[in-house]
Amino acid sequence: MDFPDELKYTEEHEWILIEEDVVTIGITDFAQDQLGDVVFVELPEVGDRLETGKTLGVVESVKAVSDVYAPLSGEVVEINEALPDEPELLNTSAYEDGWMLKLKLSSPKELDSLLDAAEYQKFIAQD
Amino acid sequence: MSSTDSRGLVLDEKLLFELTDPGRVGYSLPAPDVPQTVPRSELLRAEIADFPELSEVDVVRHYTRLSTWNYGVDSGFYPLGSCTMKYNPKVNEQAARLPGFAELHPHTPDHLSQGALQLMYELQQDLAEISGFPAITLQPAAGAQGEFAGMLMIRAWHEAKGQKRHKVMIPDTAHGTNPASASLCGYDVVPVASDGVLSKAAVAAVMDDDVAALMVTNPNTLGLFESDIREICELVHAKGGLVYCDGANLNALMGISRPGDIGIDVMHFNLHKTFSTPHGGGGPGSGPVGVVEKLQPFMPVPVVVKTGELFRLDYALPQSVGRVKGFAGHFSILVRAYAYILAMGGEGLKRATELAVLNANYVRARLEGTYDLPYKQRSLHEVVFSETALANDCHTLDVAKRLIDYGYHPPTIYFPLVVKGALMIEPTETESKQTLDEFCDALLAIAEEAKTDPDLLKQAPVRARVKRLDEATAARKPKLRWTKD
Amino acid sequence: MRYLPHTDVDVQQMLETIGVEKLDELFSGIPESCRLQAPLNLPAAKSESEMMALLGVLAAQNAKVSEWDSFLGGGAYNHFIPAVVDHLVSRSEFYTAYTPYQPEISQGTLQAVFEFQTMICQLTGMDVANASMYDGASACAEAVLLALRTGRKRSRVLLSQALHPQYRETVATYCRYLDVELEEIPAVESGLTDQKQLAQLLDERVAAVVVGYPNYFGQVEDLAAFAETTHAAGARLIAAVTEPLSLALFKSPGELGADVVVGEGQSFGIPLSYGGPGIGFFAVKQKDMRALPGRLVGETIDQDGKRGFVLTLATREQHIRREKATSNICSNQGMCTLMVAIYLALHGKQGLRKLAELNYAKAAYAKQQIALLDGFELVFGGEHFNEFVIRCSEPVAGLLQRMEQQGILSGIALAQDYPKLKNCLLLCVTEQNSREQIDRLVTALAGGEL
Repeated sequence: MDFPDELKYTEEHEWILIEEDVVTIGITDFAQDQLGDVVFVELPEVGDRLETGKTLGVVESVKAVSDVYAPLSGEVVEINEALPDEPELLNTSAYEDGWMLKLKLSSPKELDSLLDAAEYQKFIAQD
Repeated sequence: MSSTDSRGLVLDEKLLFELTDPGRVGYSLPAPDVPQTVPRSELLRAEIADFPELSEVDVVRHYTRLSTWNYGVDSGFYPLGSCTMKYNPKVNEQAARLPGFAELHPHTPDHLSQGALQLMYELQQDLAEISGFPAITLQPAAGAQGEFAGMLMIRAWHEAKGQKRHKVMIPDTAHGTNPASASLCGYDVVPVASDGVLSKAAVAAVMDDDVAALMVTNPNTLGLFESDIREICELVHAKGGLVYCDGANLNALMGISRPGDIGIDVMHFNLHKTFSTPHGGGGPGSGPVGVVEKLQPFMPVPVVVKTGELFRLDYALPQSVGRVKGFAGHFSILVRAYAYILAMGGEGLKRATELAVLNANYVRARLEGTYDLPYKQRSLHEVVFSETALANDCHTLDVAKRLIDYGYHPPTIYFPLVVKGALMIEPTETESKQTLDEFCDALLAIAEEAKTDPDLLKQAPVRARVKRLDEATAARKPKLRWTKD
Repeated sequence: MRYLPHTDVDVQQMLETIGVEKLDELFSGIPESCRLQAPLNLPAAKSESEMMALLGVLAAQNAKVSEWDSFLGGGAYNHFIPAVVDHLVSRSEFYTAYTPYQPEISQGTLQAVFEFQTMICQLTGMDVANASMYDGASACAEAVLLALRTGRKRSRVLLSQALHPQYRETVATYCRYLDVELEEIPAVESGLTDQKQLAQLLDERVAAVVVGYPNYFGQVEDLAAFAETTHAAGARLIAAVTEPLSLALFKSPGELGADVVVGEGQSFGIPLSYGGPGIGFFAVKQKDMRALPGRLVGETIDQDGKRGFVLTLATREQHIRREKATSNICSNQGMCTLMVAIYLALHGKQGLRKLAELNYAKAAYAKQQIALLDGFELVFGGEHFNEFVIRCSEPVAGLLQRMEQQGILSGIALAQDYPKLKNCLLLCVTEQNSREQIDRLVTALAGGEL
């Protein structure tokens, strides 16, 4: 399993790519592996305001469903339009084509609470 | 007739719409004996595009062929845990089809439906005797609707007392219908952890004056009797709550223990489980609900009552939660269940329970050691193994599919969630020792195959009509109807 | 006992394998305080012949539609059921199976349900139909729940007064604790849902408008007009069909703009059986596919590329989503789905239309004959299907009794559900009522002896 060093992670198994005040969010390789074949992804709409810890969307596999929680607060500026038609991108390309949305941060301080790749790997090893 | 893809006697069969030949008919109607009139033309529809056009023979052959791709209790052993797949007596089918029952219109006045009402009244009394609850409603259409009706009564009772409670406790081993039914009554679900059986401490930790009820399944989905149930009920009652029991597993208790006697306030029955009515490829079920006296005023209407010598449908329950479906219940299912109780008698029902428990324990004894048994307490009508003892990364799904090649319907798999890769076996009392031995031999052979030739499991089934199906594609690009293209 | 195969020797051997001496030891997990101390107080077991004799006596006390001249409808319809239906559903590979959790050995049920879903879509003019609900009334309630789920934060629901009273009651039960305001749209004046009143009631808080099609009075509503006003307010239009045979004759609700079509399928090959089981059907447009309650069968392929069918989109359901599921429904009407599918396949495109026309013409004839009688009048002027309402100048209780004495079940008194419709009867005429029967009804109503 792959956990790129340039990304940040959460205990809810999301990855975050930070580019100034806009971040890109997706689910980790570990998360997609646990879920199995992803068959449906529900995303918020552009313009929605997300609050840390609240549900931002849903990822479904054939026999499981998992809420995705917002790792950070902010406004949704872009969503991955390809996912509704090709939810399997979450399985085949978790860190690239399978990104879920871009968020314009409202409180960049929250970034401090994220895990780095090593910390995240340690976390899933324990869990 | 195209059977080009047929292999031997595993016949191929197209869809109705692909078989259709325009102009072919399979009906006969009486000749019109009144003047032909039609509605205003702007109200009329065009013909139903692409609707089937088939002869009677086409239709008969179509469904006969489809039936051969199915596996039912009459085909063989069907140990689907939690579903009580016992034999469905044939005479019950005949009973339900008696013209006096099948041709009775639900709006027929009570005095012309006395036989039907008497049957319902007596079934209410029989179920009351079996469960220990003084009042029974026969209206709910299935177990889940019974849960809903039961939880509605619980909420109505609280509200009548001026209590606003918001939460319902549900153990992690419960059927998914329990939380869904509680939620439909506006309750928040609070999970309670259990270690095989529910402990007083676990319930006490959550129980407070905002909890309306505890929903339990007894025996639970691990086949274990909730041994502290009396004390747990007392605890919940002491804090003003009520206890709901999912009666899905009543087959383990008939003549042995009555939920109504041990502190439970509401319980639904599954007539298609305990009382032998057919599962019908997914229903119709029937989910009567028994309640203690204080909940009786809140029952759904109508209820069947007896006034003097006359049976009638009573709608005059001012505190009723209302009706949960049309008319009075799944009557023809009630007829079957009533016939079953007649055929078994009180002693026979108890014997059925004893043999159901014997069968499950026999399977347990024969498989324990080869398959991992995570909960070792004395179990009743079903037994749950885990997948952890399987060799070569074989999983429960593989065992299930391989059982198909051996000619069996697989047990319930991956439920309850507290067991890793659960394999939940409920043999029921209608299976002989011989059948159980053959089934156990098959499961033992499969465990051996997992060691020696795991591909036999991973590629299974190979002897069914189809191989493993691509469920991911089915869900990603749902095709839920035929279209002409 | 004929259903229990164990011999005493078997039991003994099994107990030995388990390692206990007596059956009773197997119940040691049940505390003594929870044990029933006395035998169940139920009658002794009956033989098959005794049992059937007893049931025969009960069955004989009921007024069956084959012996009476029945003009009862009101949500349950007396239609002829061809022998083929019962023969095929009696194949026990179908009826002794359960929900098709293991698709490889359930392709019969799965394909039959897929075909059922297709035929329901074709009849209703909708995109997607589920595998069934309990009945029309509970399907109607679930349709309201769907509208509340999808209609973000809208909490009012408008029910036509001419919607079947039991459907309205069931909706009320399902919404009892969900903070929903249910309001009625008047309909009792003309027998049709009042469009002006609907327009006044609609606002941005309305999630759904529910209208019967045909309605409880047998009248055919102008669904297209309701669709327009309802959609303008951003709400969903739910059409509830109690007599689905009408769909073979009248424009489909889908074509007229309904967002959800639910109804009762009993008319299609399911015996009356004192009101159950029937079958609920539930169809929506594509946009609401993932909000559907209940089971869905989808097409896919197996490892060899061969077509097969599976239960799909299961993550909506209670066994996966638990308290967040679209519905708590689990087992519902499998066997009835099959009855309906066989009935529809047998009647086909032509047969269903002709049967619907026959029902229409018979009802029209009865309506016309009764209208000619002194002391009776037609209450409503709209277009009907196979039901209509008459007002009697004499008290209806006495009339019904007088008719019963002549072997006629002459209709449903409406005053209980509609106090304004005092002395009014709802009559239903189907292909099962010969002209002779209708003429006898007319003579008897007029006070004549048969």
